[in-house]
Amino acid sequence: MNAVFVITAQEILDALRNKWVLSATLLLAGFALALTYLGSAPVGTVGVAPLGVTVVSLSSLTVFLLPLLGLLLSYDAVVGESERGTLLLLLSYPVRRWQFLVGKFIGHLAVLVIAVAVGYGAAGVLAVMRLEEIAAQEVAAYGVMMASSILLGSVFIGLGYGISSFVRERATAAGLALAVWLTIVVIYDFVLLGALTSGNGAGLSDGLFNSLLLVNPADAYRLLNLSTFELTANLSGMAGVVSNGHATALASLSSLLLWVAVPLFGAGLIFSRKEP
Amino acid sequence: MTDDSILNLRGITKAYGDVQTLAGIDLELRPGEALGLIGHNGAGKTTMMKIILGLIRPSSGQINVFGHNPAGRAHGDVARRLGFLPEAVNFPGAMTGLEVLKFYARLKGIDVSQCPGRLAAVGLGDAARKRVKAYSKGMRQRLGLAQALLGEPELLLLDEPTTGLDPDFTRTFYDLVDERRATGAAIILSSHALAELEPHVDRLLVLQNGRCVAEGDMAALRAQTGLPVRIRVSGGDGSMREELAALTDIQTNRINGRTVEFICAPERKMELIELVSRTQGVEDLQIELPNLDRIYSHYSNGEDRT
Repeated sequence: MNAVFVITAQEILDALRNKWVLSATLLLAGFALALTYLGSAPVGTVGVAPLGVTVVSLSSLTVFLLPLLGLLLSYDAVVGESERGTLLLLLSYPVRRWQFLVGKFIGHLAVLVIAVAVGYGAAGVLAVMRLEEIAAQEVAAYGVMMASSILLGSVFIGLGYGISSFVRERATAAGLALAVWLTIVVIYDFVLLGALTSGNGAGLSDGLFNSLLLVNPADAYRLLNLSTFELTANLSGMAGVVSNGHATALASLSSLLLWVAVPLFGAGLIFSRKEP
Repeated sequence: MTDDSILNLRGITKAYGDVQTLAGIDLELRPGEALGLIGHNGAGKTTMMKIILGLIRPSSGQINVFGHNPAGRAHGDVARRLGFLPEAVNFPGAMTGLEVLKFYARLKGIDVSQCPGRLAAVGLGDAARKRVKAYSKGMRQRLGLAQALLGEPELLLLDEPTTGLDPDFTRTFYDLVDERRATGAAIILSSHALAELEPHVDRLLVLQNGRCVAEGDMAALRAQTGLPVRIRVSGGDGSMREELAALTDIQTNRINGRTVEFICAPERKMELIELVSRTQGVEDLQIELPNLDRIYSHYSNGEDRT
């Protein structure tokens, strides 16, 4: 068996044993169900909200949650094994450094896929069952949200590996991971908002503003989910921001994919230079 | 380098900044040879093992393991033929012993059906389905040995393997290692427990601050150190002692009324024995060669602690 899959299998087994899969799934299912049933309050109805509303509210939550989940899964992947003393032995086996990282990545990705598919999927299925009429576009939007949530989580898994390969202590990795999360998910938007409102809106051109949204994975995720479909764009008030839905979808998807690939590659580079 | 050598180091140096962890190490190991690696903490034993495993690259020097550079493209091929037991080995705690061993077997491409038997061989048959988290240090060490022996490695690297082991399993441990050596594997053992190491190694390499201060078999090291041989002679009454002492200028220690100890330079050993055998009233003679402990402390202190 290829070393990558041996490590992946081990990682999944470990996540099952440590109740990682269970708790992540329950967490996501809890939020998704709550938003499905309570999320209709903003639009003034009681009961199960239209799926489109759930997509808007759930993706706004996901933008904070999945990056955190991804980092929590990954921040000690290298430094934790190194501290526990399992890394030295593992690397003495016929395992290449990249195989170690890719194996872990697929394993952690599987945890995310299970958590999102089961957690968000269950809420989606329940909503569809309870609603009388449902638009195909809503189902598609929900599907896109699930897939892009996994993608967003994987961005931060890759970033977590980079941190984990870079630092010498687990505690440093945890702190750095938190800083990365805060910067990308929270502070970036504050700064952007500040720039936008200062100088009577003359600070940023539309083109620059859109580009600045696209280069941040969290904002790219927002753009993808809130502007791709006419329905969600209207619900979220993003219709004014984005003129061309398809081009934006493509651009934000590319941004997310790049954000998965580049940090993972970078982590591989850092890790390959590390002396265990 | 001879054709059948398993391991060949030439002038291996490893430096971190100004600090040299290893300085100019030469070593060759052939099949069936066991090398004891001794030295104080931080002398470079573990660094040397990491270099042999291809986990770190030397700053300078040549390394060949099975004819390849272990840190190069052939890492996988080399690693498949190696067994390694790191110091204070640890495993993912949520796994059972059997799962851990199967994991390592799969990485080496070995049939996992042999894993239960291998656990039994190191005395973990009953604990195979227990989680590693609940293992004692000695049990982890047993599991560590089981994984190191996976795939019948041709080169076995054991870093401080017997710390935390009970005397009973220490014997089993060396039996298993000796078995591997008898089938032609080369062994490198680093240990602080010098007395138990001695019978299981052919050669010794003494490291001090990254330098090889001595290398060779016990006889060569004894000769090199020039440490005295202790010869105890007993029998008769006090007069024997005076008689003997008068005949030679070799230093004596009086143990008790019946026994006298000579501290004798190795090259004068035969002369003294001859003298003793000609003396009336001698009933017994004991010869104590300097052991590894004494040789080691000679190198680490630069003097013989008597």
